[in-house]
Amino acid sequence: MSARQKAPNPPIWTVRGTLSRRLYRLIAVASFVLLFGAWWGVAANGAVDPLFLPSPVAVAEQAYDWATQDNLLADTGISIYRVMAGFALSAVMAVPLGLYIGAYQPVRAFFEPLMEFSRYLPAVAFVPLVLLWAGIGEPSKITLIWLGTFFQMVLMISEDVSRVPMSQIEAARTLGATNSEVVHKVLLRSAMPGMFDTLRLTLGFAWTYLVVAELVAANSGLGYAILQAQRFLQTDRIFVGIITIGLIGLITDQSLRFLHRRLFPWTKK
Amino acid sequence: MSTLRVTHLAKRFESFEALRDINLTLQTGKFVALVGASGCGKSTLLRIIGGLETRSSGRLEIDGTPITAPGRDRAMVFQDYSLYPWLSVAENVRFCRTLKTYAKNQSDAAIGDAIRRANLLIDLMGLARVRDARPDQLSGGMRQRVAIARALMAQPDFLLMDEPFGALDTQTREVMHDLILHVKEVERSAILFVTHDVEEAVYLADRVVVLAPNPGQIDSVWDISLPPRAQDLKLAPEFLHYKREITQRIRATSGMVRDRGALEALAGG
Repeated sequence: MSARQKAPNPPIWTVRGTLSRRLYRLIAVASFVLLFGAWWGVAANGAVDPLFLPSPVAVAEQAYDWATQDNLLADTGISIYRVMAGFALSAVMAVPLGLYIGAYQPVRAFFEPLMEFSRYLPAVAFVPLVLLWAGIGEPSKITLIWLGTFFQMVLMISEDVSRVPMSQIEAARTLGATNSEVVHKVLLRSAMPGMFDTLRLTLGFAWTYLVVAELVAANSGLGYAILQAQRFLQTDRIFVGIITIGLIGLITDQSLRFLHRRLFPWTKK
Repeated sequence: MSTLRVTHLAKRFESFEALRDINLTLQTGKFVALVGASGCGKSTLLRIIGGLETRSSGRLEIDGTPITAPGRDRAMVFQDYSLYPWLSVAENVRFCRTLKTYAKNQSDAAIGDAIRRANLLIDLMGLARVRDARPDQLSGGMRQRVAIARALMAQPDFLLMDEPFGALDTQTREVMHDLILHVKEVERSAILFVTHDVEEAVYLADRVVVLAPNPGQIDSVWDISLPPRAQDLKLAPEFLHYKREITQRIRATSGMVRDRGALEALAGG
């Protein structure tokens, strides 16, 4: 009867439960340690031919060679440039278009089915066409990344705009806001956190199209290097390319999440 | 002094007749409450007057001028606050000042007046302590105060309120009731107030209009003559008289009697 109750455990296994930041980081790091540990273990006991799965040590050595004797930094730089240019081009076009699709039904009727159709177009299949249209320079690579991201981005941005609560719009109208004021002062501002998230997600898509983009007459870049390594069966080099892309993705994603919390503090997650 | 007049107004949603032959007058300085069973069209009527919904037939005019669209003369307050989460409390209150319709007069005197008025409203609504807070940091009652201040900032001739306290707890509602009566004394706006709470209607309004459903039409109009309001009045016989009579009208029109029959049938009576 007088026994003191033990404090209940924090509900980490409850649906939508809570997890301290420290524990979250610990588990996240554990997943990487586990993955690399398993990789190292499998490679070290010789169960798999190094041609199929090079050891982490071999990959690290390859990365070192690539960085010191070759031009890993330059390859990374040019790839970041291509991804960012294609992504920026998509964003600059998709944000206004998505905004107006989300705002006005006739614009939606005109563009939405078109975008739904276009987003299923396989970017890879466009490689010969893009070569024909945009030549073999940088524009063709940027165009391919644009092709891979733009249509998806437009639809997601218009979704973000559609999610703006009706009463925010109606309150502005009854205060005397014009249509264009509702679009710019309410829809755009209210949808901004969602748009930012959409851009963060589609930046990931852009990276996945890098290898496709660098299929086109490239002689530099991480995607190009991966394709070259494939030709000479340099699996360790393929791994370096893939891991580099993964790391860039992880870092930008985490930075953008941090920025999101700073810019939009009212959208607590 | 402005007069809003509704004559023979009707509203159909395709085959559903939402409102039939509504006649209503609202004058500056008056407080009219619309009550009725759910589905009686009281919110629809308010939204039509606000210009957010079209009417199917009938007339709607302010001082003889027909109205078809929302306007700053009819600011609206919604149940879900509809605040702009990216703006501080003070910025939400001043929101209408960023719209073109108010920008015509930007003389120093006008701007000075606006700043004074915003500060006055913030004080009036008891928001001085939280003026720089964001809406998501406020309780429901405080948020609704911001929404009311934001609407009043437009100096509307008519303040339209759609179940503004529906989401608040009883204690907060009582505080809001006395606050809104105070607002009515110092502001010149006429108030049209939709609620399903008869006590709230009798306590606040000069006139209570009962709507009956299927189709929505005016059942009865009650001019409330009660001494100046104070919470104790809610227990006075003359107050309870109004409350009882109006509640009975709503019951009589809501089809509850039929429901009772259905219930008894269900219970095997």
